[in-house]
Amino acid sequence: MTEAAPKDSTKSSPMSSPKASHRQLTINVLRYDPRTPERPPRMEAFRVEEAEGMTLFIALNEIRETQDPSLNFDFVCRAGICGSCGMLINGRPSLACRTLTKDLGATINLAPLPGFELISDLSVNTGKWMRAMSERLQTWIHAREREIDICRLEQRMDPALAQKIYELDRCIECGCCIAACGTAQMRKDFVGAVGLNKIGRFRLDPRDRRSDDDYYDLVGDDTGVFGCMALLGCHDVCPKQLPLQTQIAFLRRRLALNAIKPASQPGEKPGEKP
Amino acid sequence: MRIDYTDVLVIGGGLAGLRAAIAAKRRGHDAVILSLVPPKRSHSAAAAGGMQASLANSIKASGDNEDVHFADTVRGSDWGADQEVVRMFVDSAPKAARELAAWGVPWTRVQEGNHETVIKGQKVVITESKDAQGLIAQRNFGGTSKWRCAYVSDSTGHAMLYAVSDQSIAANIPVRERTEAIALIHDGGRCFGAVVRDLISGELFAYVAKATVIATGGAGRLYRVTTNAVINEGMGAAIALETGRAALGNMEAIQFHPTGLFPSGILITEGCRGDGGLLRDVDGHRFMPDYEPDKMELASRDVVSRDMLEQVKKGKGVKTRLGEHLWLDITLLGRAHIEKNLRDVQEICRYFLDIDPAKDLIPVMPAQHYTMGGVRTDYRGESQGLKGLFAVGEAACWDIHGFNRLGGNSVAETVVAGMIVGEFIADFCDSADSDISIATSLIHDFIARELARIDRLINDGGSEDASRLQQRMKEIMTEKVGVFRDGTMLTAAVEELQVLLVKSGKIGLRNRSRGANPELATAYRTQKMLKVALCVAAGALARTESRGAHARDDFPHRDDANWLKRTLATWPNEADDLPTLKYEPLDVMGMELPPGWRGYGAKDFVPHPDTARRNEEIEAITKKLAGADRFAVQAALMPYEQLLPARLRGRNERIVLPGEGASP
Repeated sequence: MTEAAPKDSTKSSPMSSPKASHRQLTINVLRYDPRTPERPPRMEAFRVEEAEGMTLFIALNEIRETQDPSLNFDFVCRAGICGSCGMLINGRPSLACRTLTKDLGATINLAPLPGFELISDLSVNTGKWMRAMSERLQTWIHAREREIDICRLEQRMDPALAQKIYELDRCIECGCCIAACGTAQMRKDFVGAVGLNKIGRFRLDPRDRRSDDDYYDLVGDDTGVFGCMALLGCHDVCPKQLPLQTQIAFLRRRLALNAIKPASQPGEKPGEKP
Repeated sequence: MRIDYTDVLVIGGGLAGLRAAIAAKRRGHDAVILSLVPPKRSHSAAAAGGMQASLANSIKASGDNEDVHFADTVRGSDWGADQEVVRMFVDSAPKAARELAAWGVPWTRVQEGNHETVIKGQKVVITESKDAQGLIAQRNFGGTSKWRCAYVSDSTGHAMLYAVSDQSIAANIPVRERTEAIALIHDGGRCFGAVVRDLISGELFAYVAKATVIATGGAGRLYRVTTNAVINEGMGAAIALETGRAALGNMEAIQFHPTGLFPSGILITEGCRGDGGLLRDVDGHRFMPDYEPDKMELASRDVVSRDMLEQVKKGKGVKTRLGEHLWLDITLLGRAHIEKNLRDVQEICRYFLDIDPAKDLIPVMPAQHYTMGGVRTDYRGESQGLKGLFAVGEAACWDIHGFNRLGGNSVAETVVAGMIVGEFIADFCDSADSDISIATSLIHDFIARELARIDRLINDGGSEDASRLQQRMKEIMTEKVGVFRDGTMLTAAVEELQVLLVKSGKIGLRNRSRGANPELATAYRTQKMLKVALCVAAGALARTESRGAHARDDFPHRDDANWLKRTLATWPNEADDLPTLKYEPLDVMGMELPPGWRGYGAKDFVPHPDTARRNEEIEAITKKLAGADRFAVQAALMPYEQLLPARLRGRNERIVLPGEGASP
């Protein structure tokens, strides 16, 4: 479908790489549909001829169109920005749409992200997990005033602080950090790096009135910041290179200190000046 | 058969649908969102470079206001837009940007003092005002006379989508993820919800609602080379069309973005050129000044796309085995700027092409990008043919874009239309007009009809392969209904699409599962997409002029005398193999800005007979009101404030930048 390179083109780099011979790829996919449990989980192999610039998005669509129309997987933007296509690529959680086959060996193993409800084959229900996490951590601005007058000038913000918030706001909820997390694999109620990063993001934001006491109530236990075993798989696999290691360590320290100090004043944001 | 009920059924979980649902919910109406994917994965996330809103904080935005945004948008539309709706839009855009600021969008902010920047290929230093410190910053975009794009690096849509989606979670609005509306339920010119398919279990059920909202985005996947996400298949437009009642407006108006990454079509944001990036040909020559000496790389998208293809026609494309392309050069912006403000571009270049845009050129070619047309609505966002059916965002033809949309106006439209139309939806739900009066047996009939269609696909063992039909359709659209069009190509396109439509009645499936079966979804979507594709191609064939993004080699001029009108396509009978086209004239005598030259692009056009008379009227009114403030003059030319929901009225506050007068 879509933008796959013509199969018969022998080379093609829009740039100018030397003529390459086409590899025959073997793509092994872990397949299972929980709605048909009579067919047990299994690896199925598909052969695909590599093309110039081929991504796993292109390869999987080609397999579905020409070999097995029942193969399930998720892509949306196919540009690495929407976070739909997280899967285990040779065992490592990554975004399939921007993974070039040329960077992989001739045999590629694909499996669904662990830690999420399986829909079928490579498709997992990250949306359901992320919504539950958002509801639990209340991942929205808790504004200081009930209504703002949208005709008036916006509240000013230090440009550097806006940039810092943006850095954490870049999370695309792809689920790779959960799939790579030891704690998340052991306890279903762990909010993971994605959740803790969000707490870090709102904690930075002067528009949110919540204090460290509030955040402690949300994540101050083993399902939150104290559940992290510091294995840092999340940090290694994050497709957006978010500073997850620093975020979790910082948050843990702040919340631990907060727990042994007298409660902060409501609305106060320790450590940050708006 | 299962029937669920709600007040407002929103089909589509992108920015427009989410914002409309929030508006309805805040007014006390229950809302449910149906979404193919988790809302935060919607294509809104792909809006990169920014949102147009005349906040006028940056020094290069000095003098910007609603009037300037209005004129830019109408000129950009090549006078196809509904000017009253444009006024509602430009008035509300700053309010929407400020609402988003309060909801947590980390807008890039103004830093007072000197900044080095690139303007028209030259390095210059601009000085941001002390008074603007910390307010929302603006960047430049194409087709605008001021810097107006509020932005969050180059992931503006992502940041907006996350903030608005999180607000919808805060408002406790349920989202039925991985569900698809496959038909609208209607009776006697009134829409009552939709037949919905659960994409995991395959179950069909009805969602009955007082108000139904199409917010499904565009139809980019009618084309092979598109910037659009794979979910942008025009299904909302299709199910509206299939009612035989609702009309689609201006479907032939398709935008091609100048800088689709070659060959995949992945979007490289206009922010690259807005921030000073240049287009170069095979010789490294910067060719846009040859075509557009004034606006250069920052003419409107339709104009730049055409000029690029002209340059390729002259033999100046970079030839590869996959076709030809041109270069986008952002190396002059410097690594620091790219890593801060064009970060996704850098990532895309690195992952997909293994190049570094701070030192390498980016291969680009125009790619389908935006569907200006959609479900035709009135200024309240309601379909005129089917009451109780509303449409917002790219899926709608509310009509602020006419025949060419300005960059940054679409993501602005999502939140502005969501805000405005959401209020009108709530008004409708408050009124007796919204009473649900449909018979349960009729709802069952609608479910049964869809069930029978799916049964036929699964059981009939047809001979046609859905994905092949779809591929062929994409080829036809890309090759024959593209940037440059002519009667011969369009006639061939229409005929071939008709053949494909007939074939799509004989699709057979290899996988007969009813549940999570991608082949089944491809099959019924292909049947619908072909109807939408026919609306595009037939509309383009009928429109014997060039306007905005619709460029006919055989009719190269804009023809206001005959074509200053909006195409309305309907599909009255299921057995039809062509849409029925009607036209809705635009009233020059009511326009605040009568048709003229856009300030870029072709200078020749056939004037409308009323244009001269309206210009005289406007001159007389303006003369009479000499000395009055701009609001009084505007109100005398084309009053619009009464059209806005009461809670969204009010003048937008701005700072006074150096060199500006004290009055607003």
